[in-house]
Amino acid sequence: MTTLLAVKEDPVKIDVPVRRPSRAWRVLGYLALGVASVGVLLPFYWMVMSSLKTNNEVFTVPVQWIATDPVWSNYAEIWRKSDMTTWLGNTVFLAAVVTFLQVLTGSFAAYGFAKIRFPGRDVLFLAYIGTLAVPWASYMVPQFVMMTKLQLTDTLWSIVALQAFGALGVFMMKQFYETIPDELLDAARIDGMNEYGIYRRIMLPLSVPALASLALITLVTTWNDYLGPLLYLRSPDLWTIQIGLKSFIGQYNAEYALIMTGSVLSVLPVVVIFLAGQRYFVEGVATTGLKG
Amino acid sequence: MTTMPVRRRRWRNTAVGWSFLLPNFAGFVILTLVPVGLLFYYAFTEWDVFGGATWTGLDNFRQMARDTSFWTALTNTFYYSVFHIPLTLGVSLALALLLNKKLRGVAFFRTVAFFPYITSIVAIAQIWNMLLSPGFGPVNEVLRWIGVDNPPGWTTSADWSMPAVILVGTWRDMGYYMLLFLAGLQTIPAQLHEAALVDGANPWQRFLAVTLPGLRPTTFFVTVLITINSFKVFDVILVMTDGGPGQSTLVLSQYIFQKGFEENQFGYASAVSIVLFAICFLVTIIQFVVNKRRSE
Repeated sequence: MTTLLAVKEDPVKIDVPVRRPSRAWRVLGYLALGVASVGVLLPFYWMVMSSLKTNNEVFTVPVQWIATDPVWSNYAEIWRKSDMTTWLGNTVFLAAVVTFLQVLTGSFAAYGFAKIRFPGRDVLFLAYIGTLAVPWASYMVPQFVMMTKLQLTDTLWSIVALQAFGALGVFMMKQFYETIPDELLDAARIDGMNEYGIYRRIMLPLSVPALASLALITLVTTWNDYLGPLLYLRSPDLWTIQIGLKSFIGQYNAEYALIMTGSVLSVLPVVVIFLAGQRYFVEGVATTGLKG
Repeated sequence: MTTMPVRRRRWRNTAVGWSFLLPNFAGFVILTLVPVGLLFYYAFTEWDVFGGATWTGLDNFRQMARDTSFWTALTNTFYYSVFHIPLTLGVSLALALLLNKKLRGVAFFRTVAFFPYITSIVAIAQIWNMLLSPGFGPVNEVLRWIGVDNPPGWTTSADWSMPAVILVGTWRDMGYYMLLFLAGLQTIPAQLHEAALVDGANPWQRFLAVTLPGLRPTTFFVTVLITINSFKVFDVILVMTDGGPGQSTLVLSQYIFQKGFEENQFGYASAVSIVLFAICFLVTIIQFVVNKRRSE
């Protein structure tokens, strides 16, 4: 399993290209870049435009690429027709609690794995990493049985339990802590600081960028999670935005414009968070390369 | 600290170490480790919602051998993987190579390419289902415009639903793997390219002789990730096609979901889970062995 960590050494420095390519290659490069950008962005553009159309305008021949007369009222109507407030409230609550717990317990455990020597530590860590490669679908049934026994099903806490103790956070933080020299900690130990003090006063302040990466990734994952809530949150007043949106699609399956409005609303917070913390996000992904 | 006897210090370290792990470890054991272990017990039992598990030995596996839906799900999982793995690998590597060039707009594209990956699957599936809608969807409209008289029915057609799902799966994942490749490309020393250039190597030769070998650890790592992620494909199918039309996109993960949560056959669902688990496990082991042999 150790080779899985192959990419970790160099937290990405992405802006050092090899050399300036010749003119023909540059033209070709820009062409490819253009095509790729359109390929990625067009579906999003179409979503936003459709959310501003009337229902009949969504599917027209030929395609209407610009909503000539934007129907802003779609954004008011979806709040009337759906339980958007409840869904968003639940999702925000889950994202906040899960992120807080994951960052806290993850960085705490990572300190134990990275900086304290004790027997059995490495085997235990291997078990952590090993489960990252096990598909969730293959143990979701026994997991559901455990949740039922803990009487967590159909409560928001089931999702907290599901997401907050993931191995990903431990793995990510351990990678980072290992880059901090042991001498620094030894100096603190000699000064009489205990391990908990070292964690809180030295490691946490030093690891703010890594903590930010982990927090952002966890936030986005929790926000977007569909399968967990689908299994565990049966009562409509517990639904998250993803489950709510899916049920809205089922209920109003011909309201194309409104469906796209709902989609925009479900995507927007994540895009804003991503753009704001992009640097941390990208670094986090590149250092772990393990998710999902 | 140095005055403390060695044994006592080790004991203390163990206690302190465990105290750090415990908050996370408790949750991890109850919700991941124990369920993974239990799986190997449930798979040999018959169990529905009423009553507990009864040991039935290999019965579930015998039933599986005769279960045509299971074989369909297995075949479809391989169908998805066989196309999704090379396609995603190729596209994300190509994008990474492109982004590694000194071009304007590269930073912009790096951001944009990540959008599909951070977008929820419900929204993605809905957008693509509409884009690919057979009668009036923009994709088919463009296809008709360039002269395809009879464009595919995509998710409404048993033959085209899987290609549609593969397409969306690749579109969604490429930005993520592109980033991993990009990180790998940055570790290749520029001097190697310069040297090859001095020796008169053309771009293709440089790609084969410098880039690919230098990228080998990354390529291996990314391949393992894509492979596991392809075999366990789940949410994109559940939301986009729900396995249909018919069973044309039914995959193993979804079959486990159906058996376990729609028909409440926990035992049988666990047996199917073992197959999924075994596939991912075996494929990973094989890749590690091959990688090791090649690097020797």
